This record gives sequence, structure tokens and C-alpha cells, in this order.
Amino acid sequence: MYTWGNMTTLRAFWRRNFGREAVEETAVAGPPPQSTSQIAGPALDIAPDDPLLAYLQTAGGVVELEKLNLSSSAVDELRRSGVTLIVPLVSQGELIGMINIGSRLSEQDYSTEDRKLLGDLASQAAPALRVAQLVEQQKIEAAERERIEQELRVASLIQHTLLPKEVPAIPGWTVSAYYQPARQVGGDFYDFIQFEDGRIAFIVADVTDKGIPAALVMATTRSILHSAAERLVEPGAVLKRTNDALYPQIPPKMFVTCFYALLDPVSGYLRFANAGHDVPYCRTASGVVEFRARGMPLGLMPGMEYEEMEATLKPGEQVLLYSDGLVEAHNIDYEMFGFPRLQKLINEHAQGESLNDYLLAQLAEFTGADWEQEDDVTLVTLQCLADLETPQSSDTAGWWEITNFKIDSRQGNERLAMEQVAEVIETLLEDEQKLERLKTAVAEATMNAMEHGNKYDPARPVAIKVLANETAVRVRISDMGEGVKIDRHAEIPDIDAKLAGEQTPRGWGLFLIEKMVDEMAIEQDETQHTIVLTVHRDKTDGDQQR
Amino acid sequence: MNVKENEFMATVSQDGDRTTILLQGEINSRADTDMTAAYEQAVAGSLAEVILDFNQVDYINSTGIALIVGLLAKARMANIHLTAVGLSDHYREIFTITRLSDFIDIQ
Repeated sequence: MYTWGNMTTLRAFWRRNFGREAVEETAVAGPPPQSTSQIAGPALDIAPDDPLLAYLQTAGGVVELEKLNLSSSAVDELRRSGVTLIVPLVSQGELIGMINIGSRLSEQDYSTEDRKLLGDLASQAAPALRVAQLVEQQKIEAAERERIEQELRVASLIQHTLLPKEVPAIPGWTVSAYYQPARQVGGDFYDFIQFEDGRIAFIVADVTDKGIPAALVMATTRSILHSAAERLVEPGAVLKRTNDALYPQIPPKMFVTCFYALLDPVSGYLRFANAGHDVPYCRTASGVVEFRARGMPLGLMPGMEYEEMEATLKPGEQVLLYSDGLVEAHNIDYEMFGFPRLQKLINEHAQGESLNDYLLAQLAEFTGADWEQEDDVTLVTLQCLADLETPQSSDTAGWWEITNFKIDSRQGNERLAMEQVAEVIETLLEDEQKLERLKTAVAEATMNAMEHGNKYDPARPVAIKVLANETAVRVRISDMGEGVKIDRHAEIPDIDAKLAGEQTPRGWGLFLIEKMVDEMAIEQDETQHTIVLTVHRDKTDGDQQR
Repeated sequence: MNVKENEFMATVSQDGDRTTILLQGEINSRADTDMTAAYEQAVAGSLAEVILDFNQVDYINSTGIALIVGLLAKARMANIHLTAVGLSDHYREIFTITRLSDFIDIQ
């Protein structure tokens, strides 16, 4: 709705009707003008609280300025300009403009008929003018909305261009990252820097502000961090250099919180420094530990020092780096997700299940379905899998280990195994059909291991190892079952026999596995069975022919 | 990615002389009771044709295949023709490999 608070439209209207270009309108009631200089008046701005406006709103017709007894600077100004009649333009009870008319050239008074004509003119012109004003206003609003949308697109484009396309594959470690921007993109980012000596830097940062300004500061910070990391090793020194380089470039009142950790994947040794970022958590056998280190956010003050701390990650331990979008999420009762809840959830979550997925499910449950995400949510997890001291066994020689994990022998858990394998091989197997086939084979082999090998014994998990080389992907699935060996030459399931009641409807597992992969091997001894699935990474025949 | 298990559900609907069993979620060993009940309900009207709608099924394991084989065996005994709709390309392939497709019309 148009209100007096918005004077711009009225003023523009004013100038149009009071300035030189308004000659024709001003002359409506008078005789044909001899010379425009006699009737053109100066532009006039009327203060929103001038009593004239309130008066005109309810005047109900043509107003003779001479008879008007009102203490108003606008009235004085109009009189000085030679205006004698004001025709208020009122639409739906609102004053939206006025026609100001000077004396008649003949110097005679305006007749009753003149005034009636003016009144009629006003009653027809007012709604038309109102429509024009609304159209103008909508155009301005639409342009503004488009500008905001465009800004959102640019900000999100910058951010997506700079985030890593994939997580690093480190033997013996599982790294996963999740990033969900808010509608108005925040300044979250994460990054991995892999060094030639095998060490890897993990970075999670958050820029204050949102939209394009945040995205630009993010881009700058990221490139400074990279160049600092190339020359320096110690996390504290990297943050110090970044802070000093960023300080002169960052707009006032903006800053960046940043956690920087350097991992030696061979020993599990982790060294880290923190520039005011949310403290990461590490889940250990004895509970959740905070990775605290003192330091001011980047870009606030030059010459800052950053404390450096260290930890050595043991098999099974898991580190969570995250941004405040998670802990500061609110539910419908304005209750915050909060650090205590996060800490508790990290402690509670089941080994083998992805921590990111678990936390996101918990967040979704907490916020409810209609949640409007207030800030970016970033989660980066790093998990130490294998016993790092153990050298790779011969069955993996020539293969690069992508990941290995264990799944509890529980009904339905084959799906978990399948999804976890899919997550890491998606980028290795481009062919969707091959991926789907391998997923089914992994699920079936895991089911086989849980059911026949481990007898669904919770104390006996299924071990899954994913390997790759240049031409193939391999998944090894081992149970802890002794005794009965897997017989790959057992009865081949035949649907005719099954339908005739000569075979049980079951017994499809091994048959399916074999059909789903390029190679299936079974390794077994007195203590365990391992099904080895191999899929070639080359294109399908159909693709090669093209 | 959320890998929480999706409960199985089977709903029977009748449209003229077409009886459809809408299957939802995962077809695994836990689907047995519901699937059998849905089948019994579907054939109660002594029809000759039952449609299995797989559009909302996101996972079938080998036990699920066995359940479908069991259903097919019953249907053949009762001279009821089964049609499957909404199978993904991957599960179409599995129906072909297991030769379920020789006995169930796949559309």
C-alpha cells in the first residue's frame, strides 16, 4: 500500500505537475496560455507532516488557497508561487497528488462550473494516477527482487566454485564432508590441502556476513591460506601469516573464524591451531574430547599469535569439524541445537554409521520439517580406521585402499554397507549400471556374511575393504565365521524348479553376486570367509562402440 | 545420505477389474507378512490379473526376490497372471537374470 511514509512517489509526481513539463495539466482550467512563463511554477517538496496534507486528504473537493487558514509552510510556499486553487487527488481515502492552479489570465475568479469541471477531472484522474503509481512501484520491487536473486546466485556460484570437488582418499582413513548453504549463502567454507610428503591440511572456516561480500572474503581468505600453507608447515604460523595478509584487505567489521589442522596419515599425528572457530570434537574410547587452541579470528587485528596443539588419533577415533550453522540452528520453540547436544550425539552415535548422516538426521528431527535454514551448515569428519602400524597385507598389494570399515551383524545392515561403499566408489565407477550392480553384490555378500558366517552375532562384525587401481574397483567382504565353507558350486537356483516346488524360493544370493560383478572370488580358512568382488572401470561395450 | 531403513508397506487398490498392489520401501525378509497379506487380499475377489507396482520400492534383496518367487508360485497355482510396473532399470535386469521376467509381465 502506498503511504505517506514514502514521499518519493509523491515528490516525483509533484515535480512533474509543478515543473515546466506540467504546463498542459496546470492550464486545464485556464484559458489557452499566452506564454508558459506565466504559469510554470518551481518544484516544491512538502514535508510529510505538513498540515496541508492532512487537510487535503479530507477536503472533499477544490480548495481555494486564499480562504485557507492553516499554519503551513507549504501553503505559504504555494501562495508565493501564485497558486490559487488546489485540486486534491484522492484515491481510496489516500491523498496521492494534487493539481495546483494559478490565477486565470483574465484575472476573473474561477466560476462554479470551472470548479465542478476541476472536481470531475480530479475524481477521474486520481484512480488512473494511483494505478500508474502502483505499476511503477511494482516495477521497482520486481527489479529489486531480481537483483537480490542474482546476488544469491553469484554468491552461491563463487562458493561452489571454491569448495573442494571431492574429499581426499587416504589409506586407513575415512574423510567425509557435507555442506548445505542457507538460502542467503553464508560464508562457510572447508578445504583440504594435500602436501607432497603425504600430509594433509584440513580447514574449516566461517566468514561473518552473508551473500556476495562473504563469498568474496571467503575467496580471498582461501587463496591466502593456500599460499601461506605452501610456504609454512606449522598450523599456528599459517594462521598468523594469513591473518597478517588478510587484515589490510578485509572490509571493516568483517572477520573470519578458521580451524586449521595438519594430519600425518601414517602416524595419525595431528597438529592444529584455531582462529576463533567453533572447537572441533574428537570421539575417543574414553568419551568426546575438545580440540582447543587459543587464537583471535582472522582479519580483526594484525600481529596475532596462534597457539598450536597436538593429538595422535588412534584407530576408531573420529574428529568432527563443523560450523555454527549446526549448533546455532533453532527449533520451532526457539531452542538452540547447542554444543551439549552435539557433544552428546557424537558420543552416542554407533560405530560404523556415518557421523555426518547421523548428525544431519538428528538436526532434521530437531528443527522439524518446515525449517528455514538460518546459516550454512558444514560438517567435515575424519576417521582413523585401520591399525596404522600394520603394513598392508599381500591381498591388497598393487591396490590402493580407499576405505575399510566394519558393519554390525544385524538384520538390514547390508543396506548400510551398500551405501557406505557406494559413497566412496561413486567417483570411481562412472557407469551407473555398474555402480548399481556392484551395490547389489556388496549388499548380498554382506547379508551372506552376517547370516551364514556370523549368524547375526553382534560380537562378530563384517569387515569391508574397498580398493581400487587404475583399471578396477575391488570390494573385500569378510565374516568371522568358522566351520561350513561357502560352496560356490552349490545348487544353481532355477526358477522352473522353484515354481514347481522342487527348490526352495530362496538361494539367490551367491547367484546374484556372481552375475553382478566381473569377477567373484572366495577366500576362506578355518576362521573366516572373504568374498572378493571386482568390477572393471572401463566403459560398457555399448559405450565403446560409440 | 540417510541410510535408515525404509519400512515396507503394501496397499491393495481396485480400479474396475484391475487389482494393484502398491509396494513401498524395502522388499526384504521383513516384508514377508505384509506382502503375503496384501496378496491374499488382492486375490480374494477371484480375479485373473494382479499388478505389482514397484514405483516406490527403493531396494530389493535376494530374500525379497524369494518372496516374489513365492508369490508367483501361488499365483500360478491359482491361474492368476502377475504384471510388474515401475521397476527401475537395475531391478528389471535382476528380474531378467533370475528369469522372473519369463513369468511376470514387466511393463
